[in-house]
Amino acid sequence: MKLKQLSVFLENKPGRLSQPCKVLAEAGINILTLCLADTEQFGILRLIVKNWEKAKSVLEKTGCVVNVSDVLAIEIPDRPGGMASILAFLEPSGVNIEYMYAFTLKRGSNAVLIARIEDADRAIEILRQKNVNILDASTFYTLT
Amino acid sequence: MSNSPIHPDSYADFLCPDELQRIQLHRLQAVVQASYDNVPLTRSRMDAIGLKPEHIQTLADTAKLPFTQKSDLRDTYPYGLFARPMKEIVRLHASSGTTGKPIVVGYTRDDMKVWSSVMARTFCAAGLTENDVIQNAFGYGLFTGGLGAHYGAEALGATVIPISGGNTERQIMVMQDFGVTAICCTPSYFLHLIEAIEATDTGFKDLKLNVGVFGAEPWTDGMRARIEKRAHIKAYDIYGLTEIIGPGVATECSQQSGLHVFEDHFLMEIVDPDTDQVLPDGEEGELVLTTLSKQAIPMIRYRTHDITSIIPERCACGRTLRRIGRISHRSDDMMIIRGVNVFPSQIESALLKVEKTLPHYQIVLNRKGGLDQIEVQVEVTEEMFRDRVSALEQLQKKISHAIEHVIGLRANVRLVEPQTIARSQGKAKRVIDQRKEGVAP
Repeated sequence: MKLKQLSVFLENKPGRLSQPCKVLAEAGINILTLCLADTEQFGILRLIVKNWEKAKSVLEKTGCVVNVSDVLAIEIPDRPGGMASILAFLEPSGVNIEYMYAFTLKRGSNAVLIARIEDADRAIEILRQKNVNILDASTFYTLT
Repeated sequence: MSNSPIHPDSYADFLCPDELQRIQLHRLQAVVQASYDNVPLTRSRMDAIGLKPEHIQTLADTAKLPFTQKSDLRDTYPYGLFARPMKEIVRLHASSGTTGKPIVVGYTRDDMKVWSSVMARTFCAAGLTENDVIQNAFGYGLFTGGLGAHYGAEALGATVIPISGGNTERQIMVMQDFGVTAICCTPSYFLHLIEAIEATDTGFKDLKLNVGVFGAEPWTDGMRARIEKRAHIKAYDIYGLTEIIGPGVATECSQQSGLHVFEDHFLMEIVDPDTDQVLPDGEEGELVLTTLSKQAIPMIRYRTHDITSIIPERCACGRTLRRIGRISHRSDDMMIIRGVNVFPSQIESALLKVEKTLPHYQIVLNRKGGLDQIEVQVEVTEEMFRDRVSALEQLQKKISHAIEHVIGLRANVRLVEPQTIARSQGKAKRVIDQRKEGVAP
């Protein structure tokens, strides 16, 4: 039910982002979605790719520090209020969302929320009860 | 000869060389005997090479004596090198920089008299007299700078304002209102003061300040030129170290061309730091000092790690005391940051306390607004890296606190990508010192 996300440490300097992207391109790895968190001094590039093991190994070979974490891919309707309803389901439970980012699917009229949640199992349980679709890895890769 | 009147203590600055050497030998023999009799470390080291105090017959025999290192003071912490019982010790000071084990030094009543005297001679060499009002902005406390300068200024008969360091606004108010004619502090703090004074309505225009006595950290002639031009003062360099006495080991005179060592109290040698052989006058090497009159802690051939050379020529000021060149660098990796002695190994030990793996790091020193800034760049490793920004910021804070705990100074910690710190032959360059002249021209 969980997806593997790669996080790469970057210094906040011009040109820093292009290097990991180039490395992945050369290895023929497609970035399905990404998000960049940044501070004045450094940034964290978060990536979802199909072959994460290979991506991790090519990135590390070029000297990147890579961290692997579990995230949820939550399918939501791509219309006003789509995301708000998900948050409304989770809020009463006190489940802590550390961060999230979203993108729309190429097929259909849905979007996907990528969320890192402290108590992921609990979130899955709550969302399932509300009939929210959480994509597993294989489904996720076919939809993107 | 300088035009200012000479303080009686300064007569010793003008002894004829024969007389000076007679005094030196007499005092050297007494200090070696006292150290041999009362300091177990000296006795065991001399016994180990079959050397007895009576073997010291000439000044050249000094070279037979074993060296003393900073680590000897640490290893015998706190009082192991004291040669007098505590009832005779009237003052303790401790070195800055280490919070773990500082270096503790003591002074007898006579030591205090010598210290006051050499500092009075220091101020006298800078042209100061009993008519001067001296603002002493060296820190008061365990640091030898504040109280050393204080007692010297009093011995000179000048008016001393014991303002200590910091609180720039009050420093400026005192300087304006009390008719201050001279200031002593670290050169980097004075640069900071210059900028603050220039920002006031009247600037330096209404100030009576005309002399600055600066020490406790290395500074360049270029920095002196800027200080003198912008503050309209004469700026003098002084030299000293806690292990020997504090400030008052050597000073510049009106010529501002090398520092006269108070040779009647401190015997100097220049040694090759690699072979330990004594070098002739004029050759560059490590300054080694032996205290000739210190009672509480006689220091035999102390390795300062400061690199300089003895200037053999007689000084135009008339002093017969030989001079050393201004200290530009050291034979070890000690940094002097805001007057505090810091070794890269201390930063390393702080990093090791935070993270288990040995991090790759680099220390970058800068000067901003006249104040030294430390940036410690740390390469992020897999063990350290977390996916959350807050976790990384917390890590930065943890490292910064650990460093502050060890060196007593705040450091800005910057996390950098792996393999980005330049390595030469597999070894990282630990310190990049970008402190230039500090003040824009």
